Amino acid sequence: MEVDVMKKVPVREQDAKERAANFEEVCLGYNEEEAMAEASRCLNCKNAMCVKGCPVSINIPAFIEKVKEGDFKAAYEIISESSALPAVCGRVCPQESQCEGKCIRGIKGEPVSIGKLERFVADWACKNGIKPAKATEKKGKKVAVIGSGPAGLTCAGDLAKMGYDVTIFEALHEAGGVLVYGIPEFRLPKTRVVAKEIENVKSLGVKIETNVVIGKSTTIDELMEKEGFSAVFIGSGAGLPKFMGIPGEQANGVFSANEYLTRSNLMKAFDENSATPIMRAKKAVIVGGGNVAMDAARTALRLGAETHIVYRRSEEELPARVEEVHHAKEEGIIFDLLTNPVEILQDENGWVSGVKCIKMELGEPDESGRRRPVAVEGSEFVIDADCVIMSLGTSPNPLISSTTEGLEVNKWKCIVADEENGKTTKEGVYAGGDAVTGAATVILAMGAGKAGAKGIDEFLSK
Amino acid sequence: MYKIVKAKELASSIVYFDVEAPRVAASCLPGQFVIVRMDENGERIPLTICDYDREKGTVTIVIQCIGAATNKMKTLKEGDFFHDFVGPLGKPSEFCEEDLESLRKKKIIFVAGGLGTAPVYPQVKWLSEQGVKADVIIGAKTKDLLILEDEMKAVAGEVFPTTDDGSYGRSGMVTNTLKDLVEKEGKQYDVCVAIGPMIMMKFVCLTTKELQIPTIVSMNPIMVDGTGMCGACRLTVDGQVKFACVDGPEFDGHKVDFDQAMKRMIIYKTEEGRALLKQQEGDTHHGGCGMCGGDK
Repeated sequence: MEVDVMKKVPVREQDAKERAANFEEVCLGYNEEEAMAEASRCLNCKNAMCVKGCPVSINIPAFIEKVKEGDFKAAYEIISESSALPAVCGRVCPQESQCEGKCIRGIKGEPVSIGKLERFVADWACKNGIKPAKATEKKGKKVAVIGSGPAGLTCAGDLAKMGYDVTIFEALHEAGGVLVYGIPEFRLPKTRVVAKEIENVKSLGVKIETNVVIGKSTTIDELMEKEGFSAVFIGSGAGLPKFMGIPGEQANGVFSANEYLTRSNLMKAFDENSATPIMRAKKAVIVGGGNVAMDAARTALRLGAETHIVYRRSEEELPARVEEVHHAKEEGIIFDLLTNPVEILQDENGWVSGVKCIKMELGEPDESGRRRPVAVEGSEFVIDADCVIMSLGTSPNPLISSTTEGLEVNKWKCIVADEENGKTTKEGVYAGGDAVTGAATVILAMGAGKAGAKGIDEFLSK
Repeated sequence: MYKIVKAKELASSIVYFDVEAPRVAASCLPGQFVIVRMDENGERIPLTICDYDREKGTVTIVIQCIGAATNKMKTLKEGDFFHDFVGPLGKPSEFCEEDLESLRKKKIIFVAGGLGTAPVYPQVKWLSEQGVKADVIIGAKTKDLLILEDEMKAVAGEVFPTTDDGSYGRSGMVTNTLKDLVEKEGKQYDVCVAIGPMIMMKFVCLTTKELQIPTIVSMNPIMVDGTGMCGACRLTVDGQVKFACVDGPEFDGHKVDFDQAMKRMIIYKTEEGRALLKQQEGDTHHGGCGMCGGDK
């Protein structure tokens, strides 16, 4: 296979028109030949910048070297040393701002497609039934992990590898957290990818108890005092949705992205065989510009709606991954940028009939460094719609912090924890992921899960 | 999986289950709810807790079989399992945290409508255990649909059964009975707790506003996760947006925007109807529901 060293080996994707009407995965990934060709573009830098850009410090040049040689098993073993969820990360990490953003190859040409290679290796290992290595020695100490999302799974996996007896407590009926309820099937297949990665974590000896809401079914104090857990890691995520507080938000047909995506992803409402209903809109307006907004928009589109993204800043400021925006556009999603909703209009029965918006322009930079959007006076207009999905970010759930004595939170209700080791203000309790940082990415949560595992091991080894 | 240790029919289409759920049984209090799923593809259904036995580790739920999912539950029997059973969710009733001294001085009237009798029962029972005998109006459309009367009598002060059609007990709406008790029969109440269909709670609140009795209602809007995540259950209470699952389910009834809450209940009506039709007609379903495209 011929390779232009300046360009990524293109990855096969489902045709945009076809996929806009189904929930199958968009990106089809590399085959062996393509993966080896792409791997040959790696310069194998001595001072590898890509590794510094990876929140879990995967030894990237080493695993790519093995891919180049065609030794995929060895490549998987190298990735597994650092990551419990490579098939997930290869699909949803914002590589352009992490590993690939630092790639030396990328200075003159396109960076090495590290994400796609990681995904290839993980999928290959899964297909060939290769599992991560189990701990050889037992520590004889119990650790509880709260939440089975990326932070919890990573922390649990690392602790199990060290020999701890780990139980994950999950509030929903299925493990996976945001990987299951938040990210759609067409971006992250649930049975083929997420369930398999969770099986891998379980194969390390991790137990998962679903349907347990910590703070309600039991508390952290009870876990430590009555159930014999020596340490606890909180990876409960940022689950509470935000609304705009504009008139008409209680109308029928207005949903949080959380609700809309949970119905479709966790409850599989997109599937005719699911008992859970979901609104199949004619014209949907999604408010927001992050990855979750893209996910909600592309879901609404697949359920048959003409779909608009309404975002108050310009394209440059869209917080979503470049690939998601690109895919969304290809599929026919309409971007109404520099536009902000001011009111949701409803018909006489209380159903959404439209969204009154105002045009925005960019003014001076604000504290975030981005130019502040300012309303253009008198520029109001109406977008007809029967469905509005609010995707404005999420904040941590106070269920745990409010029921745990001595656990400090900041003014955003995020748990205060040390970035280095996840240590909170309560002895033996560690935390990481969105519960600490507020809504962020899968890989940052995994990095925090790793740090937490290290912190807990240090604490229990004292 | 959560084992059903006792199953019985309380009335036509109203079924009762004792379910093994030790974590829930150990920590629940009156006013809280659980979410159950019957099987792998099942909907998450929120149900207010009807009773619990901490020693046996069981929780009692009562279900009215009206939707596609709940209709399937009618077939469950002793020894069967619920796929999922999570809780306790929501806040306990306010009086669980009240000072017992002052609570014992209060005269409380419960207004239970239809299936709402089930969540009223653990509250009256809990109060009785603290030495407070509350009065209860149990309302139903007709005699056959009136549930838990004997159980309630065992723990309440006075019980006033009421049927819309007059087939049993007092005749007419629960609001008439409530008014009669206060205005004609010399009863005095400091607090009213009303649990039942939203339309009933709305009218009880209008009545108690007139009678100047502070009133608590238990809201049962559409929910998905029940932990504050989806926001489907949002209500307007005193002009503020509240989530029934974490801020409630009990609220000051005089401040709830019932008209809005009732409008929000119909969001999935068509879809639910469609699911029901599909289930009833199975493979023989060829349209007519207006949703499936079969009649286009």
